Amino acid sequence: MCGLAGWFDPARGAPSEARLLRMLGLLRHRGPDGFGIYRGKGIGLAHARLSIIDLETGQQPMGNEDGSLWIVFNGEIFNYLELRQDLVRRGHRFSSTSDTEVILHLYEDLGVEALTRLNGQFAFALWDARKREILLARDRMGIRPLFYARHGEEWLFASEIKALFADERLTREIDPVALDDVFTFWLPLSPRTAFAGVRELPPAHWLRISEGGWVSGRYWDLPAQADPRDAHPEKFYAEGLLDLLVDATRIQLRSDVPVGAYLSGGLDSSVTAALIRRCSTSPLSTFAVTFRDPEFDESAKQRIMTEFLGTDHETVACEERNIAEAFAEVIWHAEVPLLRTAPAPLFLLSRLVRENGFKVVLTGEGADEILAGYDIFKEDKIRRFMEACPGSRLRPLLLQRLYPYLRLSPARSVAYARAFFGAPAAPFAEAYRSHAPRWNMTAGAKVFFSEDLRQRASAEPAAERAARALGSTGTDALGRAQEIEIRTLLPGYILSSQGDRMLLAHSVEGRFPFLDHRVVEFCLRIPPVLRLKALREKYLLRRALAGLLPAPILRMVKQPYRAPDARCFLGEDALVSEFLSPASLAETGFFDPARVERLAEKLREAPASGFKDNMAFVGILSAQLLHRLFVRDFSVGNGPEMHEVRLVDADAREQPRR
Amino acid sequence: MSVEQEVRDFVVRNFFYGDQSVPLADADSFIERGIIDSTGVLEIVHFVESRYGIVLSDDELVPENLDSIARIARFVRAKQGTAGGAAP
Repeated sequence: MCGLAGWFDPARGAPSEARLLRMLGLLRHRGPDGFGIYRGKGIGLAHARLSIIDLETGQQPMGNEDGSLWIVFNGEIFNYLELRQDLVRRGHRFSSTSDTEVILHLYEDLGVEALTRLNGQFAFALWDARKREILLARDRMGIRPLFYARHGEEWLFASEIKALFADERLTREIDPVALDDVFTFWLPLSPRTAFAGVRELPPAHWLRISEGGWVSGRYWDLPAQADPRDAHPEKFYAEGLLDLLVDATRIQLRSDVPVGAYLSGGLDSSVTAALIRRCSTSPLSTFAVTFRDPEFDESAKQRIMTEFLGTDHETVACEERNIAEAFAEVIWHAEVPLLRTAPAPLFLLSRLVRENGFKVVLTGEGADEILAGYDIFKEDKIRRFMEACPGSRLRPLLLQRLYPYLRLSPARSVAYARAFFGAPAAPFAEAYRSHAPRWNMTAGAKVFFSEDLRQRASAEPAAERAARALGSTGTDALGRAQEIEIRTLLPGYILSSQGDRMLLAHSVEGRFPFLDHRVVEFCLRIPPVLRLKALREKYLLRRALAGLLPAPILRMVKQPYRAPDARCFLGEDALVSEFLSPASLAETGFFDPARVERLAEKLREAPASGFKDNMAFVGILSAQLLHRLFVRDFSVGNGPEMHEVRLVDADAREQPRR
Repeated sequence: MSVEQEVRDFVVRNFFYGDQSVPLADADSFIERGIIDSTGVLEIVHFVESRYGIVLSDDELVPENLDSIARIARFVRAKQGTAGGAAP
């Protein structure tokens, strides 16, 4: 795993080395093992390396044999050995054993079509010196980040937004529409980011920029349609899923450094750890968070799994004050307002991994999206079941099966659950019905917006933004709901704020066997009736893994990963009084001070407040922090001074060390 | 202070975060007006139980009893036995 940054302006000479070094300095946490810069007329590339494959000769930026192509690459190509064999057969000569070089040679043959051959998690920038064009590309699911911004004719790109801001000419301003997005969808809808003028390259896309302009395209998409119900027997899907998961795990274990695993006690990470055991005889180290509060803690299930698999298990105990103490750093890395504190324990967890000498972990991310594990899918199914027979008194009773793990379950009263979960999708389109209750409930937290923010965010209504970002979705109702989740929350929050950014904060790479694109394609083709059988989530996964997991883990009902929210901060008056004071709120102008004061008071009086209040509080606090860190107090000199940077000068082709 | 006024004060404090300018009639539905979300109802229950010393059974946790200022006031009076009301 690594960090990359770069600059392109065809009309100019080579960029200043100092600017590239400043960008690099702000990405150092992503790759502390080696640094390199490539400079040429109109182009600059910078790379911070976390060495995992080919420790000796895998330095970047890396060029091809004649120096006509140069790449900076963040990620892994898991099928690089197979691709390399094929390329060698076709006459390519390799000077390293890295996966990075495979991309270069594949690009020589196929151009942008090369992307369709890669099985991996990646973001890269590839400079074609002959054509004088730069290609930016990102993996299919959005595991690795890539952002860009323009300043006049100049293009800047980087793994993290902070590196773009190393160019002091860029305006650093929080986008009011992004705040409206976060306070509705929980994330800025791609390609929007929290900052005005900064865009992300969406998952499965490439962007080519040359003197003549830019062009972008999508090289992969989710399968359009599931198999019909009677296409294959259940056994076919269960066996196919297991075979693919085993193969995905096998190639994701490719590494020249030891690989560990997260093991939360939930089904998905238990599956991942069990698959590693099946693919490898090496000792396995597993890592997890524990909570003192039994509402969040899953230690008992972790013990069942670690004893079953015989792993060396390390845990970090997370208390409310730890979350509050880490929160500013979490926002610095996430670069977006958060409505939940859940990334904070994961920030502490990656530190634990690093302290134990590991750079790579496999985790179970993605299973809930592709195999219909979340309650939102059940909620939607029950809603449709109720609507098929509106007079039924019995059908709504199923609502009580939802959210059994919540202390304050909204499903306690069937009459109310029916009123809330059965509410119309409006103002959102009917195609997004599954998610409309969540979005409408979250949007209630916009009551804290100042009049000014409300006006500045109102150019395009949220419902239209959703329609533009999501377009038309799949054919069956469950597939549609999954697709919304896969296009929004998965890349925009789970893989970024809870994934890449928290892992790389401590130089740890996450790998996700469930997000191998072959597994994703296979799972979305499983007939919906088998994906969520009655209300049994991840039914096929349980069946496929029946022989590899202990019975209590196979039988348990999903408990989503959560952490305590607002109450973490209410005892930490310093943070609240600094960032939520009337003066501080007036400085950003985002929120209404009187209402925010009353919210904090309410949460102090009644710590068992609902989702909306908790999300609003965490969202407001994190937006305030984001403003402080990136707008008010950001300095281009924030990064560390860089030494030992390998420099490639396109004109001199010389590679001295600084 | 009347039950209606007390409930109104609670709603303004709790769901409007102190903003007195939001119009709200005694008969307005909290659900239809989007005033409460799925956990907001539990906040109302907590208020009614702690303020009036009554306990709601799951059967009583229905919009007929709790979905407007007027309904809550009627329900509370019925439970306290101070006025004729129709709590199930």
